[in-house]
Amino acid sequence: MTHATATANMMHPPAPAEPGSGVYSNKLGMWIFLASDVMFFTALIGSYIILRFGMSEPWAAPGAVLNVPLTGINTFLLICSSVSMVKAYAAIVDGKKYFLRPVPGRLLRDGGLKFWMLVTIICGAMFVGVQVVEYFKLVQHGLTPAGFREGSHFAEVALADPAKYGAATAGLFGSTFFTMTGFHGFHVTCGVVSMLYLYFTKVLPEKYSPQDYRGIETIGLYWHFVDLVWIILFTIVYLI
Amino acid sequence: MHWWLPTAASTFAGPIDGLFLAILIITGIALVIVEVGLVWFSVKYRARPGRKAFYTHGSTRAEVIWTAIPAVTVVALGLVSNHYWVQIKGRNSVPPNAYAIGVHVKQFEWQITYPGPDGQLGTGDDFTLRNQLHVTVNQPTVVRLTSEDVIHSFYIPQFRIKQDAVPGLTINAWFQATKTGEYEIGCAELCGMGHYKMRARVFVHTPEEFNAWMAQQAAGGSE
Amino acid sequence: MTSVAHAKPGAHDAHHAPMSFWRKYIFSTDHKIIGIQFLFVSLFFLLLGGLLAMQIRWQLGFPGKPMPGGGILPEAMTSGGVILPEYYIQLVTMHGTFMVFFAIMPLLMGVYANFLIPLKIGTHDMAFPRLNMWSFWLAFTAGLIMVAGFFVPDGAARAGWTMYAPLSARPDLSGATYGQLVWCVSIVVLGLSSVLGSVNYITTVINHRAPGMTWFRLPLSVWAIFITAILAVLALPVLQGAAILLLFDQTIGTHFFDPIAGGQALLWQHLFWFFGHPEVYILILPAMGMVSDIIANGSRKPIFGYHSMVFAIVGIAFLGWIVWGHHMFMSGMNPTLGSTFMVSTLLISVPSAIKVFNWLGTMWRGNLKFTVPMLNAVAFVSMFTIGGLSGVFMAATPVDMHIHDTYFIVAHLHYVLFGGSLFALFAAIPYWYPKMFGRMMSEAIGKWHFWLTFITYNLVFFPMHILGMNGEMRRLYDPTQYEFLKPQQPLREFITIAAFSLFAVQILFFFNFLWSLKRGKKAELNPWQDNGLEWSLPSPAPHGNWDRPPNVYRGPYEFSAPEAGNADFLPQHVKLPTDRDPAAATAPAPAPAH
Repeated sequence: MTHATATANMMHPPAPAEPGSGVYSNKLGMWIFLASDVMFFTALIGSYIILRFGMSEPWAAPGAVLNVPLTGINTFLLICSSVSMVKAYAAIVDGKKYFLRPVPGRLLRDGGLKFWMLVTIICGAMFVGVQVVEYFKLVQHGLTPAGFREGSHFAEVALADPAKYGAATAGLFGSTFFTMTGFHGFHVTCGVVSMLYLYFTKVLPEKYSPQDYRGIETIGLYWHFVDLVWIILFTIVYLI
Repeated sequence: MHWWLPTAASTFAGPIDGLFLAILIITGIALVIVEVGLVWFSVKYRARPGRKAFYTHGSTRAEVIWTAIPAVTVVALGLVSNHYWVQIKGRNSVPPNAYAIGVHVKQFEWQITYPGPDGQLGTGDDFTLRNQLHVTVNQPTVVRLTSEDVIHSFYIPQFRIKQDAVPGLTINAWFQATKTGEYEIGCAELCGMGHYKMRARVFVHTPEEFNAWMAQQAAGGSE
Repeated sequence: MTSVAHAKPGAHDAHHAPMSFWRKYIFSTDHKIIGIQFLFVSLFFLLLGGLLAMQIRWQLGFPGKPMPGGGILPEAMTSGGVILPEYYIQLVTMHGTFMVFFAIMPLLMGVYANFLIPLKIGTHDMAFPRLNMWSFWLAFTAGLIMVAGFFVPDGAARAGWTMYAPLSARPDLSGATYGQLVWCVSIVVLGLSSVLGSVNYITTVINHRAPGMTWFRLPLSVWAIFITAILAVLALPVLQGAAILLLFDQTIGTHFFDPIAGGQALLWQHLFWFFGHPEVYILILPAMGMVSDIIANGSRKPIFGYHSMVFAIVGIAFLGWIVWGHHMFMSGMNPTLGSTFMVSTLLISVPSAIKVFNWLGTMWRGNLKFTVPMLNAVAFVSMFTIGGLSGVFMAATPVDMHIHDTYFIVAHLHYVLFGGSLFALFAAIPYWYPKMFGRMMSEAIGKWHFWLTFITYNLVFFPMHILGMNGEMRRLYDPTQYEFLKPQQPLREFITIAAFSLFAVQILFFFNFLWSLKRGKKAELNPWQDNGLEWSLPSPAPHGNWDRPPNVYRGPYEFSAPEAGNADFLPQHVKLPTDRDPAAATAPAPAPAH
C-alpha cells in the first residue's frame, strides 16, 4: 500500500509543514466543531437537568407520556446506522468502492462503500421518520411545547393521575422534550442530507480511495457524535 | 455634587467603605507604579540616534516577584472580603430579632407590607403601602423580597444594600440603619420602560416616631 | 529538495484564471479579502454603535430636551425630538449589542484572526477557505437582521445587551413584540459564524504552520487569537442555546425562564454569563496579543517574558470559565457560591497583572519609537490597567453590593473595552494597513487622533467611577427622578459634552482610513522593520501569499539581537550562516500508517 511520491496520501498532513496534530485538517476541524456542538447540547441538557430537578412537583413517570418501546427500537436503528457507518469506513480503507460483490464460499455477498453508506443513510432517514411520526402522535394526544393542550387526551389522563403524568410540570416537560429531541433530530437530518450529498457527488462516482477517504471519516465522526448524543438523550428523557 | 461614597447610614457602610478604601489604596499604588513606569520609560528610553535597546528575553526572578505579590495581595483581599460577605449575605446572616417587612416589587412600584401593631408578618393586621419604607434606627430589619413580574433590584445607596428581587423566589435582605432621616430606594436592574421612575422613599425613625407612625397607620391613616 | 506532489488544499491552484469582480472581492475565499470585508462592515457597526451612544448621552446630559435631528425619528422613539423612555432602553440595549457582537468581536477576530494567521504562520490561506467565506456572510446576515430590529413593529430589543429573562421573554412586559425575537435570531446566526470561523482558525494554527514555526516561535498575536478561538468555539454555542430557549419562550409557548410555569429566571443569567465571561476575554485577548507585537516592535526589544506571556494568556482563558458568577453576586444566587466565584475572580487578576508588568519590562531599556501604533499600544496598557484595577472593587463582593449595576461598572467595562480593545485596534489598524492596502495611513493625522481621543476618552469615562460610587444606577432614562442623583447633573452634562467631542474626533480616524486607501504614501515591504513573516511579502500581500512556505529560524521578537549586526531587527525567515533548515522542510511525506 505504500506508494512513493506518485500519489500523495491525503490521510496525513501534506509536507512541508510543522508537524501539527498528526491528523489531517478536515478531521481536526470536525473534532473542533463537535466540541462546539457538545457545548450546545450541554446548554440544552444542562438547562433540562436544572429545571427538572429544581421542581418540587413530580415529573411525568417514564413511559407515561412517551412511547419508550418504539423509541427504543428507533434507538437501536440509530446504533445500527453507526455500525454500518463503521463498515462503510472499513470498506473504503480496503478499497472496496463497489456496492455488493459475491464472495466464493460465502452465502452473503460482501458489501462495499456504496452499500454500507446507503444502509447508513436509510437507517438515519428512518430514524428521523419515526421521530416525526412520534411527534405527530404526541401533538395529536395533546403534548405541546407549552404543556398538555386543554381538552386533549393527555390533559384528561393527567387529571385522573396528576403525579404519574406530571400534570404540574407538563409545561416544562413539553418544552424540554421538544427542544432537546428537536435539535437532535435537526442534527440527524443535517447528517443524512450531508451523507446524501457525498453519496451522489463522491461515493457513486467512486471518487474516494484508500489514499483519500477524508469525507467518509469526517462525516463518520459527526454521525457517531449524533448517535452518542441520542444515547444520552434517550436515557435522561425517556428512561429516567 | 457628590465626589465620594454617599452618607454612611447603616452598619454595613463601615466595613464596605473600609474595604473600598483599602482596595483604593492597594490598586492606587499599583496604578501609580504602572502609570509612572510607563511615562518614565517613555521619556527615558525614547529612541535617540546611536542608542541600541538592551537585548534580553526577560527575567524569571522578576516574573516570580510580580506574580507572587499580586497573588498574595488578592488572596488576602479575598479572605477579608469573604469575612464581611458571610456577615452581610450569608445563609445565617439575618439577625434573629430582625423586624420583618414584605417588599413585593412590580413594574413599576414597590409594594411594602408591614406587620402591623402585632409585629408579625402574615397576620390579619398587616397593611400595604406603595413606595414608602419605614424602619426604626439601630434595629435590624429584614426585607422579604418577591417580584410580581420581572427581575428588579432593591437598592438603598446610603445603606449600601442591594438585592435583586427575582420572580419565583423569596429572598431575604437585611440591614440596620444607623442614622435617622429620609433616603431613597432605587431599582437597580433594568425592568422595562418605567425602570427609571421606580423611586421609593425610605424613612428611618426613632423607636418613638416609628411606634407613633405604626399606631396612626393601624388607626386607618395611610400617609 | 524532494517535493511531494501534494495538492495544496484549495489554495491558489484553482484561481490562476482571472476571476470576476464578484468572485475576487465579494464572494472571496482569500483570508485577506475576508479580513478586509470584516473590517469595513465592523467599522460601520462601530460608527452605528457610537451614534446610538451619542443619543444616550444627549438624554443623560440634557434630559427632556429635544435632540438636534431628533425630529427625523418616528413618534414611537421621540416626541417632538425628545427621546422617549421606551426608545432610551432600546438605545442602551442596541448600543451594547452592536458594540460587543458586531464591532469589537469581529474587529479582533473576523479581521485580524483572518488577516494575520496565515501570514504570520507562513501558509497560503486558512485550512477551509470556503467555510471562511461562509463565516463572513453569516456574520453579515446576522448584522442585517440585528439592524432590522429597529424597523419591526414596536421597535428593537430593550432588555439590555444582557437580555435578562423574564423581561426579555415576555413581550407583554417589555413592550417589544418582535424586537427581542429578532435579537435572538441574529445571535444564533452570529454564533454559527463565530464557531465556523474559530474552527478554521484553530485548525489552521495547529496544522499549517511553516517549517520551523514551532509553538514557542509563534507571535503572541497568533497565540492570543488561537486561544481566543478556542474560547469562542466553546462559549458561543452556549449563547446560541440560551437564545434558542429564549426565542421559544417568546414564540412557541415554552416556559424555560417563566417561574409561573416552573421555569427559572436565574437560568438565563447562568447560561448567559457562562458564555458572557469567556466572551469578555474573547474581547480582550487578541488585543493583548497584537499590542505585544507592536510594543516589542516599537521598543526594538524582545517581548519580556515571552513564555510567561503565553502562560498568562492560557491562564486567563482557563480561569475565564469559572468566574461567571461574579456578574450574579446580587442575583439571589446562593451566597456560598458567591464566595467561590469571588476567589476565582480575584485570582484572574494575577495573569493580567503579569502581562502588564511584562509590557513594562519590554519597554524598559528599549529604544522606543513612538509611531501611531506604538502610542496607541502604550495607551492600551495604561487604560487597561485602570479598567483591570477597577475590576478588583467588583470582585470584593461586599463592595460589589454597593457598585453592582451602577456607573462604576459602566466605567470599568468601557475602560477595558474602549481604553483596552479599541485603543489596541487603533494601534493594529494602521500597523497592518500597509500589508492590507499597500499604503500607509497618515502619521500626522494619526497622532492628532490619538492625543485628542486619549484626552476626551478619559474625560468621558473616568468621571463615571464617581457617578457609580455615588450610587447612580445603570440604564436610567432620567436620573433626576432621584434626589440623591440630582446634584450629579453637572457631571453628567460634562460627560455628554466630552462624549460629543470624543465622537467628533473619530472623524479624523475614519477620514485617515478612507483617504489613505487611495492617497496614502505607498508602502514598502517592511515599513515598521518588524520580524513577522508577513513583512517578507509585498504590500499588499498577494493572493496565495507564498509560492512555497518560508522556513522559520527563530522567534518573532529578535529585535536588537547581537546576530542582527547593525540592524535592530532580525526577521523570522532570514537564514543566518549559523542556522540549520528546520526538520519539516526536508522531511519526506510520511508513509501511510493505516
